[in-house]
Amino acid sequence: MNALSVKHLLGIKYLTREDIEIIFESADEFKEVLNRPIKKVPSLRDTTIVNLFFENSTRTRISFELAEKRLSADTINFTSSGSSVKKGETLIDTVNNILAMKVDMVVMRHPSPGAPVFLSQHINASIINAGDGTHEHPTQALLDAFSIREKLGKVEGKKIAIIGDIRHSRVALSNIFCLKKLGAEVMVAGPPTLIPMYIESLGVKVEYDVRKALEWCDAANILRIQLERQEIQYFASLREYALYFGVNKKLLDEIGKDILIMHPGPINRGVEITSDVADSPNSIILDQVENGVAIRMAVLYLLSGRKEV
Amino acid sequence: MQPRIILDSKRFLLTLNRLCFQLIETQKDFSNTAIIGVQPRGIYLSDRIHKRLSEITGKTIAYGIIDPTFYRDDYRTAEKQLTPKATSIKFSTENKSVVLIDDVLFSGRTVRSAMDALLDFGRPSKVELLVLVDRRFTRQLPIQPDYVGITIDSLTSERVKVDWDKVDGSDRIWIVPAKPNEP
Repeated sequence: MNALSVKHLLGIKYLTREDIEIIFESADEFKEVLNRPIKKVPSLRDTTIVNLFFENSTRTRISFELAEKRLSADTINFTSSGSSVKKGETLIDTVNNILAMKVDMVVMRHPSPGAPVFLSQHINASIINAGDGTHEHPTQALLDAFSIREKLGKVEGKKIAIIGDIRHSRVALSNIFCLKKLGAEVMVAGPPTLIPMYIESLGVKVEYDVRKALEWCDAANILRIQLERQEIQYFASLREYALYFGVNKKLLDEIGKDILIMHPGPINRGVEITSDVADSPNSIILDQVENGVAIRMAVLYLLSGRKEV
Repeated sequence: MQPRIILDSKRFLLTLNRLCFQLIETQKDFSNTAIIGVQPRGIYLSDRIHKRLSEITGKTIAYGIIDPTFYRDDYRTAEKQLTPKATSIKFSTENKSVVLIDDVLFSGRTVRSAMDALLDFGRPSKVELLVLVDRRFTRQLPIQPDYVGITIDSLTSERVKVDWDKVDGSDRIWIVPAKPNEP
């Protein structure tokens, strides 16, 4: 097995299919580690990692922090609220000051698309993008595809529907890149206002009828309506959205086939997905969270071991 | 230097059998013994020993494999990315007598990391080491095997290669010139 072709994980866009497969194979072994009595290995005990969160997060931040601790790395957590960012310090200054304290890797979430790419051009440490605005969320896409591979045996040839707010979702974009690279068929579905124009150019099918998307797919990745990113009103009301684009048990029962139900969280219960679907046996939402730690351990492990050339 | 065979398949089988009988002598009825092969190439030897022991004794012997990758000390300095292999220990090692099995003992560093990995699964009452090839005078850590197939004096510029019937078509041990960048 070879090394990753990249020094940073900025987005799925920059990975090869082989990279993704190396990450999955390593994540398989880390998943085994997480089920041991001692869920910890000493691989990164000489590494210090800073988690820079310029935007809110529950799952991703806890998952990264756990992954780092399970690898025995030292971790520092940073949130922009309460920091000198509020006093006007620039991103590069903030990060360079942190790196001056001998930090080896940076995990960053930032509201601006491209912030990690920009940073990677100015600093030497490896950067892992934990979500940049509406651009990419690579570890989420990796854990989604890893969960599909685990439940359906493989990703290649499977039909995956991504349903909901595609326009504002970094999860959607990273998922499209990741699933396409692994050879899956991808469809995006949702209200026309929330599906970007020309998205077909990424090689995905577009569907405005959620029922048809569900009838077509093997797995449905249902996304949250990102009200905080919506500068104008894209649909009449949440009730109307739930009525026409929400996934509920009645709809799934009428379709009557086994569809893997996925959601990257946080869930708005009763809007894009009802509780009886989110908590149903076909839902792998909590498996996704579990796999997230293994995937992030694999990414941290593989990037930290990369030799400078 | 030309590659040369130091153990052909006939003597290879004799050695394998001898190692099994040595284990039978020391491990009594195997009720408290576990055999654990070290990834990546030690598992070919442990597979064979476990199979042969089961044939001879007719007993079910606890068997697992362990991957020491996450515990290695050359993670940052290795020429190649160290990618993990499978670990599978589906029994408790607590108070068991564990026989770790690897193909070639050279610097002792792999065995050190395998022991660290093993101890994360519990506290065995005893850990022993069985190797097919012991390369003398090459150790970098104070580690010695308890059971040895063959002892070899070789140059550090040489490499010992073990071929397995299952993967390489024949059971053989070779001495070959080291590849560039190898210790």
